[in-house]
Amino acid sequence: MLDWLTGQEALFLARLQFAFTVSFHFIFPAFSIGLASYLAVLNAFYLWTGKPIYLELFRFWVKIFAVTFAMGVVSGIVMSYQFGTNWAVFSDLAGPVVGPLMAYEVLTAFFLEAGFLGIMLFGRQKVGPGLHMFATAMVAVGTAISATWIISVNSWMQTPQGYIIGENGQFLPADWWEIIFTPSFPYRLAHTLTAAYLTTAFIVGGVGAWHLLKGRQKNASVRVMFSMAMWMAAVVAPLQILIGDQHGLNTLEHQPVKVMAMEGHFDSHPDGAPLYLFGWPDQEEGRLRYALGIPKLSSLILKHHWDAPLEGLDTVPDDEEPPVAVVFWSFRIMVGLGFLMLGVGMWSLWARVRGRLYDDRWLHRAALVMGPSGLVAVIAGWVTTEVGRQPWVVHGVLRTAEGVSPVGAQAVSASLMAFVVIYFVVFGAGVLYLLKLMSEPPDPTKRGMRAEPGPIRTASPGFSTATVPPEDEMLPDTNSDTDNGEGRTQGRGGDAGEDDGKGGQ
Amino acid sequence: MSLGVSFDLTVIWALLLVAAVYIYVALDGFDLGIGILYAVFPEKRDRDLLMNSVAPVWDGNETWLVLGGGGLMAAFPMAFGILMTALYPLIILMLLALVLRGVAFEFRWRAQSRVAKHGWDAAFAGGSLVAALAQGMTLGALVQGIEVSGRTYAGGWWDWLTPFTLLCGLAVAAGYTMLGICWLMIKSQGAFRARIRRWGLRVAVVLVGAIVLVSLATPFLVGTYYMRWFAWPGLALSAPVPILVAVLAVLLVQSLRGRFGGDWVPMALAQGLFLLCFLGLGISLWPNVIPPDVSIWEAAAPEKSQVFMLVGAGILLPIILGYTAYAYWVFRGKIDPDEGYH
Repeated sequence: MLDWLTGQEALFLARLQFAFTVSFHFIFPAFSIGLASYLAVLNAFYLWTGKPIYLELFRFWVKIFAVTFAMGVVSGIVMSYQFGTNWAVFSDLAGPVVGPLMAYEVLTAFFLEAGFLGIMLFGRQKVGPGLHMFATAMVAVGTAISATWIISVNSWMQTPQGYIIGENGQFLPADWWEIIFTPSFPYRLAHTLTAAYLTTAFIVGGVGAWHLLKGRQKNASVRVMFSMAMWMAAVVAPLQILIGDQHGLNTLEHQPVKVMAMEGHFDSHPDGAPLYLFGWPDQEEGRLRYALGIPKLSSLILKHHWDAPLEGLDTVPDDEEPPVAVVFWSFRIMVGLGFLMLGVGMWSLWARVRGRLYDDRWLHRAALVMGPSGLVAVIAGWVTTEVGRQPWVVHGVLRTAEGVSPVGAQAVSASLMAFVVIYFVVFGAGVLYLLKLMSEPPDPTKRGMRAEPGPIRTASPGFSTATVPPEDEMLPDTNSDTDNGEGRTQGRGGDAGEDDGKGGQ
Repeated sequence: MSLGVSFDLTVIWALLLVAAVYIYVALDGFDLGIGILYAVFPEKRDRDLLMNSVAPVWDGNETWLVLGGGGLMAAFPMAFGILMTALYPLIILMLLALVLRGVAFEFRWRAQSRVAKHGWDAAFAGGSLVAALAQGMTLGALVQGIEVSGRTYAGGWWDWLTPFTLLCGLAVAAGYTMLGICWLMIKSQGAFRARIRRWGLRVAVVLVGAIVLVSLATPFLVGTYYMRWFAWPGLALSAPVPILVAVLAVLLVQSLRGRFGGDWVPMALAQGLFLLCFLGLGISLWPNVIPPDVSIWEAAAPEKSQVFMLVGAGILLPIILGYTAYAYWVFRGKIDPDEGYH
């Protein structure tokens, strides 16, 4: 791999490094945006109804959230600096426009999440239920605000407006309203946030399905988790397909070349373009090999008319075409998964109607397999829109090749290797820990966390103040049947078991 | 070059960014220092206590680093591009170190095997140390000057690696360790605090030595620095700085010995030392964002960007400081090393 890497050009390596680090990063917020909202809903339900089952679910998922969030934070810090390390010229030229948006992200979202996360995780007993709910809501709101600014930056790079080019070549802001609200922004934002919620729904549903397949039908937490997730899937999956369609139409209007690549339309079709289901894009030859398509359907979807003409890549100069094969296939992966999600959602409705939601083992198997589908779809969608923008970094204005840092190929290949090795170790371990947390059932007899190692980075066991007993999300509310330390085999081990007893006294 | 300051937007943004970086150093400094202290506290029980003392707040602390980077890109985009290119290996190293020590906060409690547990402890300690060294070396590389041609970096790929930058790395690592110790002087008690106190006195020797060496070396790096420090009128402004540093260092040692003051006094004095070092750097560097050639005005974003951000920063920074203070207040108080670990 090293030989192959060092043989590449610095530009390609820088793109590869950005793609690698951003894809790894995106996995975590794609999950934590939805999960933060789910936690806020669970906590609100608990406060509203007083039913301990919602608290139990909150405690089950909040540990998973903490691990996910930490991975999102550390991989996110990397991203903010990569603009400078690998895209210094882009940073210099576009900094006056995109820099302030990213600064606003930090000011309105990062601090909000980080400031209230500690209280959300460890502070329920310290600040009381009202303020704890507020903190939980702030974390959820923060994740959504963060996504909004980042999507705004990205949308400006896709459909730039509201700027002028200065004498020194910099993009200078002319109208902030136009910069923030570019034509693709509302569609991209809706599509991305919905994707995050759908991703979370399928992960929660997959975990619920796993426990149902393990025969835990009697566990109320498992049933509620699965049911809530399947409601989300049934409602949000069709919604997402509609939003995605609208986003596609918007892309056709503003970035038609990207749509040509997504559709595999090398040739112009003056009287109705086919929708290709499969094919092998051969960019050098300029044709789609082994094409399997439905005549005129693409025109119907994109132009709402059978015979509407659609231009192809033959109208575009070669040096302004994106890599077609990548875009063509990542788009199909995303759309295919979207329809499979819709299928699971509809299936769950049917099972629910028949009263077999918790007994339909094939539905549970399908939901389990589809558990990570949202993550795959999100990455595929991101690849579609980002690779589809190539060869531009600011669409139609600044080429990616012109934005790269003057850093040598050797330096970039070394850093890329370091990222690959460390990310696989770190996030590989993280994913294993997540799966471990997910695989242990929320246990009502032990109030959720019992079978699980000690508190996550909790401050409470040794951190108590004179006035407040050590309590946090990892510890039970009551001291009944909770503190035998059973099953605590690692982490703080026996220590934590004793803490629990003390905490309840 | 005049020392006169006209308070235009560029100056305001330079001061705001320096403030953000200072707050970052003041806050994340102590939790990176906690990580470095893992090296001398090998017992699990002590390490749990060390990590728990910062667990609820480290995330917020590190956010100031994102603001520093994001703010630099927004307010001085040209400087951001040059600096990140010039210091490419250092920045990547720092980021990877921060990844390793950041996830350790979670993973340490999740690991099953002994090997993995020790691995994440090592990641926390090593990541914290490397991040501190890299940040110090970044500072050193900036102070010693960066070669620029046009709007891009024009120096070599190893310019950042000199005895001076290594010295700065050591100084910052020692400083962060001192902040960590002062934090634990607030948060701990009993026998543990006595051990921390002893480490405090040792680290103080290293820290003061490093500050003296850096201060002696700095004026000779770039011609203008020498003028600032040893020629009139710069002398009037600069002379009090080393004197105050000496006074604060003596007071810090005395307070660590318990000769005077409450729990908070060592931390206040150590933060004062950092503030003075910042001031000293400011005297050397002003008004350059990238010495010796790029001034803040040359690298500044256009006024429209500055104003747009200033509105947000003016409204949001006080709110952020408010809820950050609240989070610290919620998790205030002593850690009892014996409580919960029978």
